[in-house]
Amino acid sequence: MSDLTIRNLFIIPTIAFLIIFNIFPLLYSLGYSFTDFRASTNAPANFVGLQNYHYLLTDPFIWRNFTITAKYVIVSVTGQVIVGFGMAMLLNRDIPLKGLITTLLLLPMMLSMAVVGLFWKLLYDPSFGIINYGLGLGKFEWLADPDVALYAVALTDIWMWSPFVMLLSLAGLSAVPKHLYEAAEIDRAGSFYTFFRITLPLVAPIVMIAIIFRTMEAFKTFDLAYILSSQPTAELIAIRLYKMAFLEWQTGMSSAFAYIVLVMVVAITNIYVKYLNKVKER
Amino acid sequence: MAAVRTPREIFLNRVAIAAVMVVLLIMLVPIYWIGSTAFKPRNLATTIPPTVFFQPEVSPFVKLMTKRSQLRKPVEQEVYDAAPWWEKMVLDGGEKVVRTGKGKIRPSGYGQRFTNSLIVSIISTFLAVSMGTLTAYGFSRFKVKGEDDWLFFILSTRMLPPVVVAIPMYLMYRVVGLNDSHLGLIILYTAFNLSFSVWIMKGFIDEIPREYEEAALVDGYTRIQAFFKIVLPEAMTGIAATAVFCFITAWNEYAFALIMTNRRAQTAPPYIPSQVGSGLPDWTVIAAGTFLFLLPVAIFTFLLRNHLLRGMSFGAIRK
Repeated sequence: MSDLTIRNLFIIPTIAFLIIFNIFPLLYSLGYSFTDFRASTNAPANFVGLQNYHYLLTDPFIWRNFTITAKYVIVSVTGQVIVGFGMAMLLNRDIPLKGLITTLLLLPMMLSMAVVGLFWKLLYDPSFGIINYGLGLGKFEWLADPDVALYAVALTDIWMWSPFVMLLSLAGLSAVPKHLYEAAEIDRAGSFYTFFRITLPLVAPIVMIAIIFRTMEAFKTFDLAYILSSQPTAELIAIRLYKMAFLEWQTGMSSAFAYIVLVMVVAITNIYVKYLNKVKER
Repeated sequence: MAAVRTPREIFLNRVAIAAVMVVLLIMLVPIYWIGSTAFKPRNLATTIPPTVFFQPEVSPFVKLMTKRSQLRKPVEQEVYDAAPWWEKMVLDGGEKVVRTGKGKIRPSGYGQRFTNSLIVSIISTFLAVSMGTLTAYGFSRFKVKGEDDWLFFILSTRMLPPVVVAIPMYLMYRVVGLNDSHLGLIILYTAFNLSFSVWIMKGFIDEIPREYEEAALVDGYTRIQAFFKIVLPEAMTGIAATAVFCFITAWNEYAFALIMTNRRAQTAPPYIPSQVGSGLPDWTVIAAGTFLFLLPVAIFTFLLRNHLLRGMSFGAIRK
């Protein structure tokens, strides 16, 4: 077989598979997004033009879902960066059993969001949860209080994904050339100066990757929030979309909604990949 | 860090070690709590103050695997004495094991869901990794027009929110009858993991020197032989790491499983939360189910520890 045949044989099935099972369905739903189709009835789909899009983009309730999601993304990603980077700074020295400790710290992010998230319901329980007991908060309502629920979900997300930021930060920190620190020491530079002038600038690109990646994932969050809270104040975009499509069966409308979300995700992905390639080249 | 150690540095290091221990403790409490609740008697699962020391027992696992019903009145002594040891545990908890007319024990839905999880995760991992390895080799060794664009396309399919893909897939599966089937989930998970596997395997294969194959080609190997006899063995560590990553992703997946399956092909992640329901859930049983479900991932995490960085960054960062 010629190299050309082998190349095509190796690559084309994958591309075809992804087109059939990812791109084709999206085209399929693009068609539905211009109709009032409901998958729960046998009524034929009527073409309604851009009406779905117009409705969604002017509906104040949908905008509330976007605001909630933005709040969630900011709180949970900021938390993850602070905790994750903090842990990396602590671990970036001579610590006995460092390898074992790092692996143990990474455990939360490998576990199923849905299943472990569910267990946080017990931890958050107002009367016998260990969080209220440990913090001495009495009967504090984490998940039932509409003002707190979203932050409780974010807190669980921070617990799960800080290790991810830590992992990437550690890689960045260990790549900072030692001689820079030695030079700083000779110059009697203070530790603040060393941190802001040497450590931070060199670690920033890799932390940036962690931030964009987590932003993208937080924007898409479904499992954790859906399982932990039924509060409307914690209804993220993905949850609204799910309810619209599979509980209210507004298939046409939800297809249009999915497209709006899709455009946003593709935009963030683009930024992410650009950044990834930039860092890779160094 | 520095070779010279001043008293101040030694002190700082000790503070850091103490801080790390505190952080480690906080991070692991939820996981420890799952593990310990899975071995508690029901009345100790929700006590105030929380029960830390207790006599561990396996009754939550017995309850997890069987269908039970509430006892209206205590069973007679003879029945109790005749029951096997594990059934006594259920009876002690004020419940009895449900049997069929022929006296066979009815299992709960957990075993079936766990098996479904295994079937779907293993097959989809195998497909994603084999296709991904071939494709990665293709991109790594041959000139492909618009290579970066193709790779971006492949990655972008991974970034789609599951619910967005699920809406049309649900409609299409309904037409071809793939809803609530193993094959339906396997296809979705393969597609999802395929992009990951291409990206990460490309990194591993890029690292294998081309000279190895070229030497083999000179020796009269065909390209295919060189691929199977030279490249694959060299890439084995990478393939294993990729497979474990794909397995974990499929194993943990929730949204697709929730939407696409409801009984026959349902996997464990949507099943476990559905058991909580309303009222007072038996947290020991939920913990037991969670514990069994998390165990394989926890073991894999340790096996994978040296590859985590690479896997989580799509192969962008290598050590």
